[in-house]
Amino acid sequence: MLVIKDLYAKVEEKDILKGINLTVNAGEVHVIMGPNGSGKSTLANVLAGNTNFEVTHGTATFNGKDLLEMSADVRAKEGLFLGFQYPVEIPGVSMVNFLKTAVNEHRKYRDQPPLSASDFLKLMREKKTLVQIDSQLTNRSVNEGFSGGEKKKNEIFQMAMLEPSLAILDETDSGLDIDALRIVSNGVNLLKTPNNATILVTHYQRLLDYIIPDFVHVLYQGRIVKSAGKELALELEEKGYDWIKKELGE
Amino acid sequence: MAEVIDKITAVQRISDIYEANLSKISSGLPDYVNNSRRSALAAFRRMGIPGFKNENYKYTDLTRLFDNENFRRAFKTDEFDVDLKDVFSCDVPEFDTHLILVVNGWYDEKNNPNASHPEGIIIKSFQKAVVENRDLVEKYYGKIAKAEADPLTALNTAFAQDGLFIYIPDNTHISKPLQLINILRSEDDLYVTQRNLIIAGKNSQAKIMFCDHTLLPQNFIVNNITEFEIEEDAVIDIYSIQNQHNKTANLIGLYIRQQQNSHLVTNAVSLHGGIIRNNLNVLLDGEHAEAKICGLALSDKNQHVDNYTFIEHAKPNCQSDQLYKNILDDSSTGGFTGRIHVAPHAVKTQAYQRNNNVLLTNAAKMNTKPQLVIDNDDVKCSHGATVGRINEEALFYLQSRGINEKEARLMLMFAFAHEVLAEIKVDKLRDVIDKLVNKRLRGEVSKCHSCALDCIR
Repeated sequence: MLVIKDLYAKVEEKDILKGINLTVNAGEVHVIMGPNGSGKSTLANVLAGNTNFEVTHGTATFNGKDLLEMSADVRAKEGLFLGFQYPVEIPGVSMVNFLKTAVNEHRKYRDQPPLSASDFLKLMREKKTLVQIDSQLTNRSVNEGFSGGEKKKNEIFQMAMLEPSLAILDETDSGLDIDALRIVSNGVNLLKTPNNATILVTHYQRLLDYIIPDFVHVLYQGRIVKSAGKELALELEEKGYDWIKKELGE
Repeated sequence: MAEVIDKITAVQRISDIYEANLSKISSGLPDYVNNSRRSALAAFRRMGIPGFKNENYKYTDLTRLFDNENFRRAFKTDEFDVDLKDVFSCDVPEFDTHLILVVNGWYDEKNNPNASHPEGIIIKSFQKAVVENRDLVEKYYGKIAKAEADPLTALNTAFAQDGLFIYIPDNTHISKPLQLINILRSEDDLYVTQRNLIIAGKNSQAKIMFCDHTLLPQNFIVNNITEFEIEEDAVIDIYSIQNQHNKTANLIGLYIRQQQNSHLVTNAVSLHGGIIRNNLNVLLDGEHAEAKICGLALSDKNQHVDNYTFIEHAKPNCQSDQLYKNILDDSSTGGFTGRIHVAPHAVKTQAYQRNNNVLLTNAAKMNTKPQLVIDNDDVKCSHGATVGRINEEALFYLQSRGINEKEARLMLMFAFAHEVLAEIKVDKLRDVIDKLVNKRLRGEVSKCHSCALDCIR
């Protein structure tokens, strides 16, 4: 589904990613961990098409297509979703209008007619129940005045609405209390199918109490320096990152 | 030096037009109107054409406009070979108004044959009102808009012949909005002087909508002054939609005096025009008067929109709240000056002001200036101004959900604009204007001379 080869990227003349290689197949859950500043969020943003980051070398293909050639909105319509670490507040843009536009843009891309108002509201109700988002939140402007937890739940809700084939969740677990964490992870688990894949970018092992990954990668200084199964996360939780740095000879 | 000579020339040329046509201008009007002309012209000659040297016109220099005009003056009502009823017809049944047509500054009953005026209220031409309703007009004419203080007001007072007179008697509530459509239609370049007087009696309620339109592609200069008296306990909403072509200079002066407990909402939506200058003067002249004052301007190409407000808190316990926004594209320019004066004895005043602007290009330019003069300590006042760009983070957020950049930008611009439109309390009117603004931002409104209002063909 996603094949990244030798990817380099920089932001404001500073090299952040220095040769990422990663392959994600349908049905898989990958976790990317790593100390602060290792490039985790950069990787998520580069894949989603944030133009603040400049790819200087390497390739990324998504379902066989050149991902890096696509604008952010086309990537989304091709089935890629970024759950933001810091979802943006957009006063004046209502949740309903925002989601309706997004859903119908996806449908247009697939040559489907737009949803009728009633079908759209039905879909929204369904997905709201699924991710247990407070129905009041969808009556407001996008993320405006939402608490940290509400913003993250809203990301999962949008993911449920758009049904991406690849979801990249950037620190979706940070800043969540235990109940919100459970709701967010339940959402991720419920939305999982054999046909889609998830990349979780996280600091904490605790998310992995709820979501069981197939692969755990350690990103350090712009490279994936270690990949293994879910047991790697437990090891990191116990020992921190120092032993990896030692292995790398630092 | 050449420039100075030109300016003298423009003022002199206008004075010459005045002298040559004085009998035409004065014809049919009583002394109390005609007697103020001479001193108004002198005031205009003293102040000159509004330009950079006049602090109040720092952001709108009209010297070149006046230097280059030799337009026909509309000294009498124009005859048309078309029936205006055929040019306009209201075809949005859900937006029902009392329609009033003013053509080239003249209110002609021929153009308003079946005017279904609500009961009790007087709607007629200024020419008629000054004679037939002298007791009402003489009390207010030239008292709210003072010619000595502003060159455009002086010019208007010197040349004033016609316009619209509206009187809403005490305790009269008009539920349907009054829609005043100012039409510019001429085969040659035209200079229009329009003088309106509106009196809202005690405890009256009305919503008044001004629509400014051009119907032919000639050059137009509009020098429009409205005096508006709002008596005790009256509740008045004034909405204006400015939608004219780029060869129009729409110079509008709205002077409002509010008595105690009166409530005012104004909302000026500048959709299109070459030069738009809105002078809004509100005198809060009775305790507990409230004014909510809003404006939204969308400009592109070389358009220029300048809103100048002067809110005078003359009595204690009054409240004013201003919200002005501009979205500027291409090499358009904009200005906002928000002057607030709180008189020494006007304690417990609340006066707020906010001006937010978005520049879509590097060439667009916005000047904004709060001007607060507060002469006592017991007040709550605030002001804030921002000039910025589209929020790139929000743009990426929308794009990351599959919304293309163009659409995402439009959503953000519309969200920005909508805060002003949300202050329009008539739902249907708000919906109509919402749609117009949306169309305008999409570039769908005709940029030529046709009317953008859905209710008029």
